[in-house]
Amino acid sequence: MIPQSAIRNLKPEIDNIEAIEVPLLVEAVYRRWGYDFRDYAPASLKRRIRRAVASEELPSVSALQERVLRDEACLQRFLDQVTVSVTSMFRDPGFYRVFRQLAVPLLKKRRSLRIWHAGCAGGEEVYSMAILLHEEGLLDRARFYATDLNPAALDAAREGIYPLETMKEYTVNYQATAGKGAFSEYYQAGHGHVVMRADLSKNIVWAQHNLVTDASFNEFHLILCRNVMIYFNASLQERVHRLLYDSLAKDGLLVLGRQESLQLTPHESCYQALDSRERIYQRIG
Amino acid sequence: MTPHLVVIGASLGGLEALRVLFRELPSDFPAAIVIVQHRAMEESGELAMLLGEAGSLSVGFPLDKERILAGHVYIAPPNYHLLVEEDHFAFSLDAQENHARPSIDVLFESVADACGPSVTGIVLTGTGQDGARGLATIHRRGGLALVQSPREARAPQMPLAALEAVPDARQLTLEEIGQWLFQLRIAESFECGLRNADCGSF
Repeated sequence: MIPQSAIRNLKPEIDNIEAIEVPLLVEAVYRRWGYDFRDYAPASLKRRIRRAVASEELPSVSALQERVLRDEACLQRFLDQVTVSVTSMFRDPGFYRVFRQLAVPLLKKRRSLRIWHAGCAGGEEVYSMAILLHEEGLLDRARFYATDLNPAALDAAREGIYPLETMKEYTVNYQATAGKGAFSEYYQAGHGHVVMRADLSKNIVWAQHNLVTDASFNEFHLILCRNVMIYFNASLQERVHRLLYDSLAKDGLLVLGRQESLQLTPHESCYQALDSRERIYQRIG
Repeated sequence: MTPHLVVIGASLGGLEALRVLFRELPSDFPAAIVIVQHRAMEESGELAMLLGEAGSLSVGFPLDKERILAGHVYIAPPNYHLLVEEDHFAFSLDAQENHARPSIDVLFESVADACGPSVTGIVLTGTGQDGARGLATIHRRGGLALVQSPREARAPQMPLAALEAVPDARQLTLEEIGQWLFQLRIAESFECGLRNADCGSF
């Protein structure tokens, strides 16, 4: 049923050699290009590096190291393999529903809003939040900073072009968020793709920012950082939690992904949960 | 210390199979059990609930970086890949593998990397071939490979693919897998359990 060639028929020594190669590659990328993956969570990083090796059609991680040291185009492909999550618009519709109920009333009390979407990848979740804020009458008073470490991902997000075939799933998600309009109002369909409506992004600043190596750059009333820190090890998570805390106004809101919890971090006591299931937290200390 | 890990992958028909397996498991089960069950997202809570009813073990979705404990059953939450590193769980939002997220291969391969021989991988009923490559990795790293008998499985494709990838894997009925798990408790330590378990020539 499965061709024998499809099964990785490697000897155990190869696994052990990879355990040596991966940290060397990561160190090389850091020293050559400044992108710091040294404190990334090892299991997913290793998978992503293996995928990068395969897509470069190279025999080993060491061979990838050789190429990525010398070839900037290879670095960009490496970043695409190693940093981009596959998400969707209105991922976890329940989160957006609860956000409307619990967070929007708090945000409406502020005359102006600074929002940071940290680790925005291809922008799907940024447009989702922009649509929600538009429907709640908050988009015009919001300045929305969407950041990612990968410049190519930011370019794609800025363009706001998505495959047409994804819209069916996104429409179902949108409807489950208690959306107030029709999802099709928010994009124009072209040949095989859609373009998100331009006014959704008029207050969005797309900027390169690396949570690992860059500092806090403003004070925000809402920080969205969903499913970004899952790629970090515990000590890097701690550092990034510090950065987010330092970037959040008093009473500001922090949103994490479904499987992420403040419980296991030293900043737990600085926040209270507005909704612990949807990971919406308010800074109290 | 990380407990022995029993990792289970199932797809179509998995829910019923898992209920049979878990009915008999004691609350002092000495290993941790991690399950990837392909499913529609809205069914995920139902899975945790049914398993909770079926056995006496603590069942739930793990959190990122949560430490793995013996006597717990962890279910991969919907729409993430679940991985294991060292003594804790990790997640990723990488693309689907074998048309699935969570994917059995992703879990199994990470477990094989992290825990080597102190792993038992089990592939149950299901369509497709997710789990086959992962089971081969577990086997290659010295872990045990068990496969539900394709004759018994509601959907035999996944067990057949696993057996093709791991010809040395042991084919067992659900009842036999259940007995095998039960023996883990009787054994004084897990290592003893592995040696004494009547699983033929691993």
